[in-house]
Amino acid sequence: MRIYGPLLLILQFLLMNVTEAETQYQEVTVIDPYIELHTGPGENYPIFFVVERDQTVQILKRKTTWFKVRTLNGKEGWVSRDQMEQTMTALGENLHIIDMTHNDFAHRRWEAGVVAGDFNGANSLGVYGGYAFDSSLSVETSLTQVLDDFSDSLLLSVNLVSQPYPLWRVSPFFTIGTGIINTNSRQTLVQSEDNTDQINHVGVGFRMHLTRRFLLRGEYRDYVAFTSRNDNKEFKEWRAGLAAFF
Amino acid sequence: MAGRSRGLFLTTMFTFVHKKKIFSPLSAGILLLAGLCLIQAQTMAADSPSGAASAPQSDPPSDQEQIIKPELDRRDITVPHIDAEDFEIGAYAGVMSVEDFGTNMVTGIRLAYHVTETTFFEVAYGMTDTQETSYERLSGAAKLLTDDERKLTYYNLSIGYNLLPGETFIGRNHAFNSALYVIAGAGSTDFGGDKRFTTNFGAGYRFLATDWLAIHADVRDHVFKNDILGTDKTSHNIELNGGLTFFF
Repeated sequence: MRIYGPLLLILQFLLMNVTEAETQYQEVTVIDPYIELHTGPGENYPIFFVVERDQTVQILKRKTTWFKVRTLNGKEGWVSRDQMEQTMTALGENLHIIDMTHNDFAHRRWEAGVVAGDFNGANSLGVYGGYAFDSSLSVETSLTQVLDDFSDSLLLSVNLVSQPYPLWRVSPFFTIGTGIINTNSRQTLVQSEDNTDQINHVGVGFRMHLTRRFLLRGEYRDYVAFTSRNDNKEFKEWRAGLAAFF
Repeated sequence: MAGRSRGLFLTTMFTFVHKKKIFSPLSAGILLLAGLCLIQAQTMAADSPSGAASAPQSDPPSDQEQIIKPELDRRDITVPHIDAEDFEIGAYAGVMSVEDFGTNMVTGIRLAYHVTETTFFEVAYGMTDTQETSYERLSGAAKLLTDDERKLTYYNLSIGYNLLPGETFIGRNHAFNSALYVIAGAGSTDFGGDKRFTTNFGAGYRFLATDWLAIHADVRDHVFKNDILGTDKTSHNIELNGGLTFFF
């Protein structure tokens, strides 16, 4: 029984930290005839309360496009983004919910995402990150794992990306880069060999702004690996991915 | 107009004083005095009609008609940041059946990002031990794998869809938000000394005890090709797990 005391204290402290630490909430006044409070952050959750025009609510938090609000008499519920925009802040302005726009997409600095595709018939999975010097030139680094029936490879590359039309919704780009590829053959194979080679590539692709801070990306890359054997190896890769920009 | 130019002037002056390192009280005083005179002159120029005519970019004519200037203090309001809770991080534990290699405890971590009320992305990393195959145990032959190779780890990137969002009622007075979701994705499994491309699909149940604490129950099938027992075959590896996650 004695150990429950401190445990309860810790629990209480944790709960306090989460709920009590940030008591400063934004207050907004309803300017539509009413806004609807749902029991959960989604269109399917039932509406259990409405807040009428000129009444004030506090915005507690946000989950995706839903806002949790508290009325003056303590009712808590979730309001959609569309209705939340029909409220007024204490400054007398409409509540402006700042999300990434197409212009932010064109002038993004950082970009990070995941890609998956087909690397010369094998499956490839990768992560990448990029930094844009300006709206048309950026540098990227990516780590890709290539998995097929006879081997698995890890490919680390650095590439420059030129995007001549940054303002287009679907914006094409060209890329050139270099890296290293480490290949491990299957252990069950008789002639098992592991090697690391330098690999260069050129590619072409597109980026498309989806919504908020997300973009879709598709790409074709042509690789040349400089092996220790007599001939170089060439690979083709198709890949598509999803990224967030900041 | 005057306010802005005053601000600009003071900033310029400040940087000038700093750059030249002539921060003696006298010089600073002279500069300040000169600045005030300049501002005064500017304000007067802007207010007088001739000033407005000579500088077309200054205040619009409607300002000239304003006789009473309201002395309203603009309320200084700091708008508190709205806390977004779209990320979910947590750990899980359960059992995983690895085809031919027995059923063992599995543990893992997951990170999810909720894009909309229905769609989310998840990255997971898990590990389990495996046992000897029946063949190894019965024949007494040489072992197929070393102890190190017998450990299985996987990672995957998946996309989930909250198929049945709703509420779960406990007793008369408690309602909790919950969702039944379906999830599928791809990743890599490291087992038997090799890494294999793995697809996964399954379903799960998310129970939100509070807005920021969720309890999960998941069923997942990991599918990969396996040639450890000689021929290439597709193996289905079912995982059942439960976990806790935190929204932040």
